[in-house]
Amino acid sequence: MFDALSGRLGGILRGLRNRGRLTERDVDEALAEVRTALLDADVNLDVVGQVVAEIRAAVVGAAASKALDPGQQVVKAVHAALVGMLGGETLAITYASEPPTVVLMAGLQGSGKTTSAAKLAAWYKSQGRQPLLVGADLQRPAAVEQLRVLAGQVGAPMWSAGSGAAGGAGGADPVATARGGVEEARRTGRDVVILDTAGRLAIDDEMMAEIGRISAATAPRYTFLVVDAMVGQDAVTVARRFDETLAIDGVILTKLDGDARGGAALSVKRVLGKPIAFAATGEKLEAFEQFHPDRMAGRILGMGDMLTLIEQAERAFDQKEAEATAARLLQGEFTLEDFLAQLQQLKKMGSLSQVLGMLPGVPREVRGAEIGDDQVRRTEAIIRSMTPEERARPEIINGSRRARIARGSGMQVADVNRLVKQFLEARTMMKRAGKGGRVGPPAGFPIV
Amino acid sequence: MSGGPLRERLSRARASIGGAVAGVLRRSDIDDETWAGLEATLLRADLGVATTARVLGACRAAAGAREVRSAEELSVRLRAELTGLLVDASRGLASAGRPCVWLVVGVNGAGKTTTIGKLAARERVAGRSVLLAAGDTFRAAAGEQLATWARRAGAELVRGAEGADPSSVVFDAVQRAAARGVDLVIADTAGRLQSNANLMEELRKVRRVAGKAAGTVSEVLLVVDATTGQNGLVQAREFADATQVTGVVLTKLDGSAKGGIVFAIEAELGIPVKLVGLGETVDDLAPFEPTDFVAALLDA
Repeated sequence: MFDALSGRLGGILRGLRNRGRLTERDVDEALAEVRTALLDADVNLDVVGQVVAEIRAAVVGAAASKALDPGQQVVKAVHAALVGMLGGETLAITYASEPPTVVLMAGLQGSGKTTSAAKLAAWYKSQGRQPLLVGADLQRPAAVEQLRVLAGQVGAPMWSAGSGAAGGAGGADPVATARGGVEEARRTGRDVVILDTAGRLAIDDEMMAEIGRISAATAPRYTFLVVDAMVGQDAVTVARRFDETLAIDGVILTKLDGDARGGAALSVKRVLGKPIAFAATGEKLEAFEQFHPDRMAGRILGMGDMLTLIEQAERAFDQKEAEATAARLLQGEFTLEDFLAQLQQLKKMGSLSQVLGMLPGVPREVRGAEIGDDQVRRTEAIIRSMTPEERARPEIINGSRRARIARGSGMQVADVNRLVKQFLEARTMMKRAGKGGRVGPPAGFPIV
Repeated sequence: MSGGPLRERLSRARASIGGAVAGVLRRSDIDDETWAGLEATLLRADLGVATTARVLGACRAAAGAREVRSAEELSVRLRAELTGLLVDASRGLASAGRPCVWLVVGVNGAGKTTTIGKLAARERVAGRSVLLAAGDTFRAAAGEQLATWARRAGAELVRGAEGADPSSVVFDAVQRAAARGVDLVIADTAGRLQSNANLMEELRKVRRVAGKAAGTVSEVLLVVDATTGQNGLVQAREFADATQVTGVVLTKLDGSAKGGIVFAIEAELGIPVKLVGLGETVDDLAPFEPTDFVAALLDA
């Protein structure tokens, strides 16, 4: 995600931290590197100029204070500039006093509108709402069919004029379809309507006028511009055009699970003053979350993103079960059965490397390393080869049991040993933490 | 083909950018402002810091050696440097064997399926029989989308079930094409981010298996969205590593994005851009012409 950018800034800043004093040349050199890093991350050229100037002013102005060493001052200035760039607060999602709340999705071709519409519907459902998906992309072949299938997966109804026309309903009118969708929601008592629209170029006046009419006909409470995290310098130009036509409320940033640095999308916030409302971080429908700018700035600087991780965990875990597990964990009653259940939950949260990326203090090498599903599978295999009693009380696992478990799981005895030992150590540690009242970071998941 | 369709259509979208360069170069003397203006233009076109520095470094050296003395000479030199970054290779699509197989790969939303639809129509008009392999078994309704294009182009279609192994769908398609004496198989694949190791492994297998079927894989086309920023180079590198990419299709070039990342892709990886996408209809696929592309980037 933003790892590449944070790695790059990290390299520059480490060089500064190690020095006692900064000369003016140091500052120039550091800022030249910051400029290159930001441009390589696709931050808009004008925004780069502003941000670098801000950092320079902050560093030079604060030089007299001597409260911080010069390296710390640069770190602070870069952090402040990034936070500024990412935006202030999370966009609060509110609802129309008279339902339905209409949400309009707009963007270029291939930015991810249809998938995001479905993910947004899933998010609204998780908020206790009853969304209706409306397929108003009558341009791209099978776009409505795609939305229908995704709606089925989300468990939300889908509505479109000319429904069923897999080849795109040639003569149907997207404006009438969108309006019909809102009426359908009113009639069937759905309280949120998500309008998926055709991708369009910002310079296509005719298509831009059309989405303007869709907006006028449906009076959306939120208009989201869907922006691909891989987009380059053109992002700001595009966003400006869409904003002029539609007055967008925020951005949905997609494909953020890739290795694109996402600088252009972040520039959109800076230039238009419109927040990034949601971020899509994976192929699964649950890989979609509200965007937290303050956390993301910390993440860019390598501070991890504990809050996002906790929220994801909360969503994937059954709340009561999670509380019970946590209690058992702290009392040292945590069993391998619980651990197995947690591995299943962990899978729901996304890939392990994705989860690791959000933990602070995880070294960059580990973060980048392939922590494949294979390792998780091997660990699962070992636990599944244990009897219920062994899972509940791993301390009873003796030599002959070990050999049997190794045979049953197709692993070596040493692998079984390692898992059991790590598990017992982790449990002891958690128990100690529970008693001491201070919960430190776990020593690491016992994964073979 | 100066004044060809690519240049004509690009220049319409590009008037404002070309104007900027023209403005910079209209001044008779070459000064700091000239260099800053050119740097900004190239960076805004997504050429990236390294490529921009390389191009302007060469131009500066020429100016230092008094080879370039006026803004006009600089303009000529700049074009030459940019064109010089592009590979000197054939940009036509290779055909070999029967069936000949073209595999189409790329990230999500780049425009793979649309490109295949256009390619199929083009090849049908040229008189070849075409079979489309619906290798995107992941995205909802990707098969239906391809089926629509197949109908429009008059091509056959082989589909697997949703969630089926894409390798076997592509293999079956090639086998069926061979049995029926079809000239060309164009295989679609699911969009994937190059950072997803598992999905890239799956694609590696698709490429391998396609090569084992009763046809000849003569093109592996990477579809790159012209709006892509610096990640485009990473995309090209990773997809090339997994599938031996033979060419790039640069899509959505009819928008306001300039597609400058292809300079880095060509210069660093030696992969030629073979086609550009200029719109959503069947005819909106044009050959890539280096001179026209550079001209469209810089001209008013």
